[in-house]
Amino acid sequence: MSPPIPKSNAQAALTLRNVTKRFDGSAGRVTALEDITLDVREGEFLVVVGPSGCGKSTLLSLLAGLEHTDEGAIKLGDEPVHSPGRDRLVMFQQDALFPWLNALENVLFGLRLKPGLTDAERLESARYYLNLVGLGNKEKARPHELSGGMRQRVALARSLAPNPRVLLMDEPFSALDALTREQLYGDIQAIFTKRKKTIVLVTHNIREAVCLGDRVVLFSPNPGRVQQVFDVNLPRPRRMNDPALANLAAEVTTFLSSHRG
Amino acid sequence: MKLPRFVIPTFIALAVLGGWEWFVRAGHVNDVLVPAPSHILQWFWWALFDQASFESGQYLAAIQKGELLPATWVTMRRLIIGFAIGAAIGIPLGALCARVRWVRDTFGVLALGLQTLPSVCWVPLALLWFGIREEAVLFVVVMGTLWAVVIAVQESVLNVQPLYLRAAQTMGSKGWHLWSRVIFPAALPGVLSGMKQGWAFAWRSLMAAEIFVVIVTGFGLGSLLNAGRELLRMDQVMGVMAVVMLVGLLADLVFFAPLERWLRRSRGLER
Repeated sequence: MSPPIPKSNAQAALTLRNVTKRFDGSAGRVTALEDITLDVREGEFLVVVGPSGCGKSTLLSLLAGLEHTDEGAIKLGDEPVHSPGRDRLVMFQQDALFPWLNALENVLFGLRLKPGLTDAERLESARYYLNLVGLGNKEKARPHELSGGMRQRVALARSLAPNPRVLLMDEPFSALDALTREQLYGDIQAIFTKRKKTIVLVTHNIREAVCLGDRVVLFSPNPGRVQQVFDVNLPRPRRMNDPALANLAAEVTTFLSSHRG
Repeated sequence: MKLPRFVIPTFIALAVLGGWEWFVRAGHVNDVLVPAPSHILQWFWWALFDQASFESGQYLAAIQKGELLPATWVTMRRLIIGFAIGAAIGIPLGALCARVRWVRDTFGVLALGLQTLPSVCWVPLALLWFGIREEAVLFVVVMGTLWAVVIAVQESVLNVQPLYLRAAQTMGSKGWHLWSRVIFPAALPGVLSGMKQGWAFAWRSLMAAEIFVVIVTGFGLGSLLNAGRELLRMDQVMGVMAVVMLVGLLADLVFFAPLERWLRRSRGLER
């Protein structure tokens, strides 16, 4: 079936047009993503969900500018994306905090690279975001002294602090236990509502996708394609055990299993 | 009751030394070839102080005029200068090997080969190039240090987690900033163990150089050891060997071990 093409949107933060990405592996050429056309609206929480190997992490690397498209174009606003940039910060699956810096210094890392700020402003901003993720009292802690959930929160503060136009999240919750994860879902939603940030999250967890996304884009694997787009119109903050949310997640799951090639 | 940790090792060491002393005194071996511990201790006393100055009560002058400390100082100075030069050249070269593939495939492979070359092999060349001078010794020490450092730096830079690089790059870090703030701190544990290895190699090559070459510009520990051989004074040879070991242990104890411990502790790698 042909993927549904989203209508072009005037306020799109990120636009992808016919994006194709291939890799040369040991088994020959693999098409990771094929003909992806997608808009991410300004201020939208878009979740890309799909089974492993559907190219969703590749998609995020492309958006981050860490990889390059083979065909098609990606634009941030009117600017083509071809290299990493402060306007698109990434939260990785592992926290990627630098072990030689403490929590505050980790948050300051990106801020120090942002021009046009005084050191006092940078420090103030770093403290603000550490507080925002509830770790104002852990400034001096080294990453290894923090729990997995706390580390991901510091990583979140680090990606938010330079105030990027888009926040890209690559399965940042998948390495956490269920309780911590649920707590972070709450945090992320609160911050999203408060800061009106454009977020693209990639995950294989359908419940998580429906819980967090304004729109959920379902990817199918081999090669990675957009299979279906779901709008999620549930009020925020959403809770994982909300029945309406569970229903929607079931709907997505059913769609996925009935369309498996 | 739990004994302090040092008690048993001390006891064993004393027992071994006592056994050795008895073995030599009982005449089981020729004490010219295997001197008793007490003879070695006597040599220490004799080598540490200039006896004439010592007897007239000028203790500081006695140490300065003695044989052992000035020789140790000469050797340490050569070691530290040679090691510093080797590390100062080796670190950027190792980074270059990691950064540029063709440098790694050419110079990196050469470094790997030269690292396996015992640095005594450089002595003949060093003598021809620099003459019987301080530079010749330094050259041998630098050659001993350099390649181990190059290889260690190259490997630890190549082994920096790609995730750190990706994270840093998305935050806008590149070029010198990426190297100084991310790659080098991330590679530091590996670089440090490379330096430690470089230090051990430098120490060995220096001893080889000092034993092989009579260097007119300074009488080091190796020269002292060689002089002991020529005088058939095995107490001196063994005494110098003990000092060489002691210096090696001390370098580790006061320099490398604390640095490593600090690094491990601050990154949560302490077992």
